[in-house]
Amino acid sequence: MQRRTLLASASAILMALAVPAMAQDEPLKVGFIYVGPVGDGGWTFQHDQARQAVEAEYGDRVETTFIESVPEGADAERALTQLALAGNKLIFATSFGFMDPVMNVAAKFPDVKFEHATGYKQAENVATYDARFYEGRAVTGTIAGHMTKSNKIGYIGSFPIPEVIQGINSSYIHAKKVNPDVEMKVVWAYSWFDPAKEADAASALLAEGVDVILQHTDSTAPLAKAQEAGAIGFGQASDMAAFKPSPRVASIIDEWSPYYIKRVGQMLDGTWESGASWAGIGEGEVVIGEITDAVPAEVKAEAEALRDKIGAGKYHPFTGPLNKADGSEWLAEGETAPDSDLQSMNFFVEGITAQIPQ
Amino acid sequence: MIRLVPRSTASTFWQVATPVMAVLATMIAGGVLFAIMGHDPVTAIRTIFWDPLFGPAAAYSRPQLLVKAAPLILIASGLAIGFRAGIWNIGAEGQYIIGGLTGGAVALAAYPSEGAWIFPAMVIAGAAGGWAWGMIPALLRNWFGASEILVSLMLVYVAQRVAAWMAFGPMKNPEGFGFPGSRNLQQYPAASNPELIAGTGAHWGVVAAAVAVLVTWVLVSRHIRGFHIRAAGSAPRAARFAGVNPATLVAFCLGLSGALAGMAGLFEVAGPAGQITDKLGTGYGFTAIIVAFLGRLHPVGILLAGLLLALTYIGGELAQLTMQLPAATVQVFQGMLLFFLLGFDVLTRFRIQRKGQS
Repeated sequence: MQRRTLLASASAILMALAVPAMAQDEPLKVGFIYVGPVGDGGWTFQHDQARQAVEAEYGDRVETTFIESVPEGADAERALTQLALAGNKLIFATSFGFMDPVMNVAAKFPDVKFEHATGYKQAENVATYDARFYEGRAVTGTIAGHMTKSNKIGYIGSFPIPEVIQGINSSYIHAKKVNPDVEMKVVWAYSWFDPAKEADAASALLAEGVDVILQHTDSTAPLAKAQEAGAIGFGQASDMAAFKPSPRVASIIDEWSPYYIKRVGQMLDGTWESGASWAGIGEGEVVIGEITDAVPAEVKAEAEALRDKIGAGKYHPFTGPLNKADGSEWLAEGETAPDSDLQSMNFFVEGITAQIPQ
Repeated sequence: MIRLVPRSTASTFWQVATPVMAVLATMIAGGVLFAIMGHDPVTAIRTIFWDPLFGPAAAYSRPQLLVKAAPLILIASGLAIGFRAGIWNIGAEGQYIIGGLTGGAVALAAYPSEGAWIFPAMVIAGAAGGWAWGMIPALLRNWFGASEILVSLMLVYVAQRVAAWMAFGPMKNPEGFGFPGSRNLQQYPAASNPELIAGTGAHWGVVAAAVAVLVTWVLVSRHIRGFHIRAAGSAPRAARFAGVNPATLVAFCLGLSGALAGMAGLFEVAGPAGQITDKLGTGYGFTAIIVAFLGRLHPVGILLAGLLLALTYIGGELAQLTMQLPAATVQVFQGMLLFFLLGFDVLTRFRIQRKGQS
């Protein structure tokens, strides 16, 4: 074969290969950075489930990538930059501590859209999203109030930040509503995921006579401790179904799929806009996992009715009259809490004797 | 049969050759690991060791090497001095955190005033904080004979608690809606530690690391204190006869390595990290121990080792991004490096001899 014909046929083959690739639309690249490993069984696991739901929903039209176990701070900024440089057009940053790195990188890549979980800073190309976990806490609090025999319920808090304080208040208000004698003990783990510390916290609560444990940390260690002591608890972030039917009598599941699918869809049809989303039970972002038979039928029915009422928007878990722990009035009779109060919540409601570490 | 025969003097050839062999062995063992996991080993090794330097996004990742290597080199330079003298500071991570806190405290106290004195004062405060944290194990060893290995290591956990307390309490951003973390120093010009030349990644910490390499080189090879350090490490009794005061040496080594780690912490807080958070420590203090040994406790070796470890960080992220390798890859790599280094190190002090040979 002549050299010229060789070249000509080679270029013909290349053309043939290139044409179908050009005819098809490039898939939309969507990136995710996670604060923990995808196998944590809790927070990051749920985000990754939602990422997979996006892939299942849109198939070849999207291509997703993730970087896991990214430390908050300087490393997050680099991970975000690399995702942007790799051609991702929509990037989900799934931890509060990624906030300032997201803002810095978003300023450098104006044509890339960013979604930041649980933060409060927005920009033209930065939207925030969060879930109203306190709605779920109202349901588990109701169950806890009914189920406690010692009238002492315990709460393992991660960090004293508004989201966690909302959960403690919501649990307490609704436990108290069904059981006026209930007392709430709070222990801070200062971690989102640390089985050893969470187990210690659970032991401390059990030693104080607590027989229902609520947790705002992501490991199953507190459930294991509860099981040993004959106490009960709730799944957190994921269903924790392995501990059914007891000690895990119900759970609060973070379900990010509806939001992720919606936002990726908006990117695909070009209608994405910045904003702040704060959805709850009604939108399917906060899901109450199966309430097991360890809970009496009438309690289960009451909890499910409350869940449905919240989901339908007929009841707000923070409805007055409610006072702050220092005795001052917060909400008057019938008044519901404005979101701004919730987003900066740094006080316990009246009746909780624990202190918020300052 | 193979026997190990002690050498009368350490082999100069193997002193240089072992780090190189350790790197090669890590690449091979890592490649085998990737192959078992079902990834192409050659692509993986290229992604980790080659692409950050010469790959498609190298223009971004090359400067990031400096950002990542600077704290490692700064800390390791100090640690190596102590290690040469047989004084084991394992708690550089704690000194790093405290330095970040004390240096950051100066900035937060000065906010919002402007002045050229602020940044230098922060650097001094950062070094002083790290120095003070390093003096605790030094004094406990000198006064009570407490092991500086244990004390310095355990003070890391104390420092992490202090950082959490500061981030949630006294140093919390008053405009942060109750969320943890200090003001972002990147947005406070007088206190920020930006890139000195855009696109190079070089901030003041990189300058300080370069200076530290030079100064420790002069110290070790030219200064009488360097002679004392080497003497104390290789022949403690002889050193005592030569007039070396062990207590002074302990205080000097722990103080110096603490001060350098503290400075590294401050440069990070004022620069790439920007903020005091509860996750201030991201492991530089521990990785620097690997850097010090990989660099054979020699300033130039540390410079190279710091850049190599930085490469594994950046390359590991790239491998996650492009090949979806798990994040633990980086830790496995760093662990293997130290493992092989210590393994091959046997060859510097021993000869391999076949039985029957003399």
